[in-house]
Amino acid sequence: MPSLTVRQKLEILADAAKYDASCASSGATRASNGKGVGHSDGTGICHSYTPDGRCVSLLKILLTNFCTYDCVFCVNRVSSDIRRARFSVEEVVTLTLDFYKRNYIEGLFLSSGIIQSPDYTMEQLVQVAKTLRLVHHFGGYIHIKAIPGCAQRLIDDAGLYADRLSANIELPTQDDLVQLAPEKKATVIEGTMGQIADRKAEVDEDRRKLPSAPKFAPAGQSTQMVIGATPATDRDIIQRASTLYGGYKLRRVYYTGFSPYPEADTRLPLQATPRMREHRLYQADWLMRFYGFAADEIAPESDPELNLAIDPKLAWARRHPEFFPVDVNAGTREALLRVPGLGYHNVDRILRIRRYHKLSMEDLRKLHVRMKDVLEFVVTTDHLPVATLPFTTEQTDRETSDAEFAALPPAQPLAGLVAAQQMDLFAAAAQSAATGVL
Amino acid sequence: MSLLHALAERVTRVTVPPSFDAWRELARKALLRGLEPDSIDLADATVAAQADDLFGAVQTDASALDGPYAEMSQERPHVPRAFLDRAKLASYHRDPQRWNLLYRLLWRLQSNRDLMRIEVDHDVSAMLRLVQQVKRDEHKMHAFVRFRRIEGERGEEFIAWYEPAHRILELAAPFFAERFAVMRWSILTPDGSAYWDPELHQLQFGPPLDRTHAPAGDELETLWKSYYGSIFNPARLNPEGMRSHMPVKYWNNLPEVELLPSLLQAAEGRVESMISKQGGKPSAAPFVPHEHTLPVIQAALPTCRGCDLYEHAIQVVPGRGPVTADLVLVGEQPGDQEDKRGEPFVGPAGGVLRKALAEAGVDPDAVYMTNAVKHFKFVQRGKLRLHQNPRMSEITACKPWLMAELDALKPKLVVALGASAAKSLLGGTFALMRDRGKLMQANFAEQVMATIHPSAVLRGRDDAAREQLYRHLRDDLMLARQYLGAA
Repeated sequence: MPSLTVRQKLEILADAAKYDASCASSGATRASNGKGVGHSDGTGICHSYTPDGRCVSLLKILLTNFCTYDCVFCVNRVSSDIRRARFSVEEVVTLTLDFYKRNYIEGLFLSSGIIQSPDYTMEQLVQVAKTLRLVHHFGGYIHIKAIPGCAQRLIDDAGLYADRLSANIELPTQDDLVQLAPEKKATVIEGTMGQIADRKAEVDEDRRKLPSAPKFAPAGQSTQMVIGATPATDRDIIQRASTLYGGYKLRRVYYTGFSPYPEADTRLPLQATPRMREHRLYQADWLMRFYGFAADEIAPESDPELNLAIDPKLAWARRHPEFFPVDVNAGTREALLRVPGLGYHNVDRILRIRRYHKLSMEDLRKLHVRMKDVLEFVVTTDHLPVATLPFTTEQTDRETSDAEFAALPPAQPLAGLVAAQQMDLFAAAAQSAATGVL
Repeated sequence: MSLLHALAERVTRVTVPPSFDAWRELARKALLRGLEPDSIDLADATVAAQADDLFGAVQTDASALDGPYAEMSQERPHVPRAFLDRAKLASYHRDPQRWNLLYRLLWRLQSNRDLMRIEVDHDVSAMLRLVQQVKRDEHKMHAFVRFRRIEGERGEEFIAWYEPAHRILELAAPFFAERFAVMRWSILTPDGSAYWDPELHQLQFGPPLDRTHAPAGDELETLWKSYYGSIFNPARLNPEGMRSHMPVKYWNNLPEVELLPSLLQAAEGRVESMISKQGGKPSAAPFVPHEHTLPVIQAALPTCRGCDLYEHAIQVVPGRGPVTADLVLVGEQPGDQEDKRGEPFVGPAGGVLRKALAEAGVDPDAVYMTNAVKHFKFVQRGKLRLHQNPRMSEITACKPWLMAELDALKPKLVVALGASAAKSLLGGTFALMRDRGKLMQANFAEQVMATIHPSAVLRGRDDAAREQLYRHLRDDLMLARQYLGAA
């Protein structure tokens, strides 16, 4: 076989990486080091957007799509009839630097098919990051996909050079893995997550004593799971996510809706999972992490699937009419966070404003709150809702059209945005106390 | 009539250059003079001055605000820092009314120190909107500036042309200075230009320059476009989502967007072909007759064009054996001999199988033998036709024939010989060496079992291995006989 050009390899190995949803580059700050290009200010930047609406922030590629595993849901499985390619360490390093210098990307997201052994594969990934950092003093973002089952020594090394490490849980339940990924075991994957979490805790502890000690995976750990390839319910999925967040201190769980790919196994569905399901799961995830909801409240045993027509917060509100209405001018932060239509950011603004000014419905409108969403749930100076009516779960507030869906913020870049807004808020709070001279 | 009196009755218009410090200077004077917001118009110097308006404003220069006047105190007024910082950000906005808005806020802050905290106030929210738009524009500039590399007199240089929505060059440039501190770079915009010298370590600003001063392309753009074209998932097209984050006004700076029409157009076709491939195409299904009896199936077999293998093989090789067979053996595919003679298991592997059957006490004439794939697959090497393993897609394509045969026979036991047959019957993840010899439930027969393919025995690496593999095959067949005897 004639050897492939870098361009051909890039096409093959980017195409193979497109099923992994994660492309975030937020969560790590790294100052310019004066010896090489690159810095991160913690928020991450989307340098372009692709026709599927996703952000291009990192050069997201596989080192190789050769793989000795045979996971049914994966396009790179050994029995798949796809073109195969393999980058050398140098090729990936050069591509990353060249793209970075043109301001095309924030850094590198490197994953790989499993070749020879988990250790061998992981060694290659670490080598790329190590070369970028030590030889080229690269200060951009590096995300490495940890190969489940690799040695602790390689995890320790990877975390020194990478900003983020992630081990993919792949599917929501162990049963799903047995069915579709016979070589992968939840225990092994979680073992790797545990290795990352433990090492990070250890290094963070050391850094408290000696702040100049090197950081370990400063942007933390994430994972992703494919949804819609198996019959696992939304309840299964978010409970799983909730356990992982707690158990391994994950920064993010990414949900990738299954989509068909060439030569997939006939046991898999022929249609892509509706984007809305993915979106609802991200909303649910958000509610757990920023709004104080428990997984069980969002998808109770009696109602294990998220409603695709209404957002999970509204669905919860309708199951709990006794909780409402909440007085915008008196309710606690925790209560306000549970009001449909009030976002995290707006709750903070309301809390700040109401010390100086009692809010009316008109004020909420000025904060760009969706009037229709809050009307039945809030009390303001000029509004008292009619007795909250009991709702049935079949009731929907509205149909979500495709155009409206498109206007929704995508799940990934939001993480950075929220972090950025939060920082803004803290900064603003500090500032509002200070005075300056005109 | 004093000037002060005249100013109080008429609107004074002062033009403010696009600089926060210039506004600050003027605003301080106006405030100290006690000029109410309604009596002064801080006009944007970058917007062509309008003709005398209805109110007959007095056009004047900044010196009109100079003192000394009795009312003026020399003290500089205090304002919340939150105001100053935000006012500075808002000053980068192109809104020609921004200077008046900022002055109105400054005026109102004198009597309401908490004004900045009331974000729903009309003026405060207007200012915050400007701030937000400026910050968004700054963020987009950080994202969408594209450097192009040239070999200049001093070596490698990177130059970008960019058109921000607001006057944010000064605000956005330090980001590039930090990120690309070791590179010599310039950013040219219609409002001004910024330069970074890696040796001096200094950010400098210069006059506006048009796009002809920046290189038109970069050799790396081809690679970048290849990446962009490959990284999205055509099954999840969402062009509206893309446009909402990457508004069209930024597009003419991005080399990759010229691919969009063709990418969008091709996406549907890519998805259809993925689905048709996943959906079992290529497939023999259209060639398999509805009536599942062996004579009908065998008559239809030569018409099969379900995958490409028919093109090279001499003939299709049907199964062979009695309709009443309780035991069906499924091999992988015909070999060279089988292809030439049109019968299954007549080559060397067939010899091994017959020997094992005899030793296991199974009458070969009572068994139906067939293959998972009905055509020979090979590569021609000179005169030799070298056997090639069928792909999963070919096994899947041929599966409807095997299913029709099993439906016609309704056997008690099916034995899959080798990994291909096992994968066809038991799924792509079946592990042969782990699960051989185990009886399993199936919907196409009472039971199914998988064992070693006789040709694997022939390919064993040494005598001991061959002997071992042969024993596996024979023992599994013995187990099959016992099961059938008991059933």
